[in-house]
Amino acid sequence: MNKSDLAKQLAEKASLSKGDAEKCVAIVWESIQDALTQGERVEIRGFGSFSVKHFDAREGRNPKTGESIKIEPRSLPRFKAGKDLKDRINHK
Amino acid sequence: MSITKVELADIVYENMKLDKKRATDLVDMFFEEMKNALVKDGEVQVSGFGKFFVKEKKERKGRNPKTGESIMIEPRKVATFHHSQVLKDRLNGQKK
Repeated sequence: MNKSDLAKQLAEKASLSKGDAEKCVAIVWESIQDALTQGERVEIRGFGSFSVKHFDAREGRNPKTGESIKIEPRSLPRFKAGKDLKDRINHK
Repeated sequence: MSITKVELADIVYENMKLDKKRATDLVDMFFEEMKNALVKDGEVQVSGFGKFFVKEKKERKGRNPKTGESIMIEPRKVATFHHSQVLKDRLNGQKK
């Protein structure tokens, strides 16, 4: 399943035009991305939460050559599934 | 402060010229559909954002950290997320 399938499902369930459903799906993901970019946490009750974790620069090693390299500091997104999602994928 | 469904509904409302109640319902339905899709297909690909998928965990021996008692953790499924390159680049200031 991808973004356009998701829009199709939403259009059906919400009796929304396909165009509007696509717009809605795009807005939601875009907004979550914007929030994360600004370092904000996003919490969707029942679905899960998104946060950004920051990693400091560190010395790494190329495992093939053994050569030492510098790994730049970086931020990565994290997702933690919410209770309802966890329960539902386990058919509880 | 975290962003929640309330803020997302506000953004949908402002951008789509529909009433507030409808915007709130749409955001609710949107995440309902995400869950349905994960339960049904085990995978949702969101281009430009990342991929959500269901992973199977085998049973394993665990321990109650409080009592030290050994317990069996049942096999189960968990929902995980892999970020896309685009999202990673945006978080690190390389806007595309």
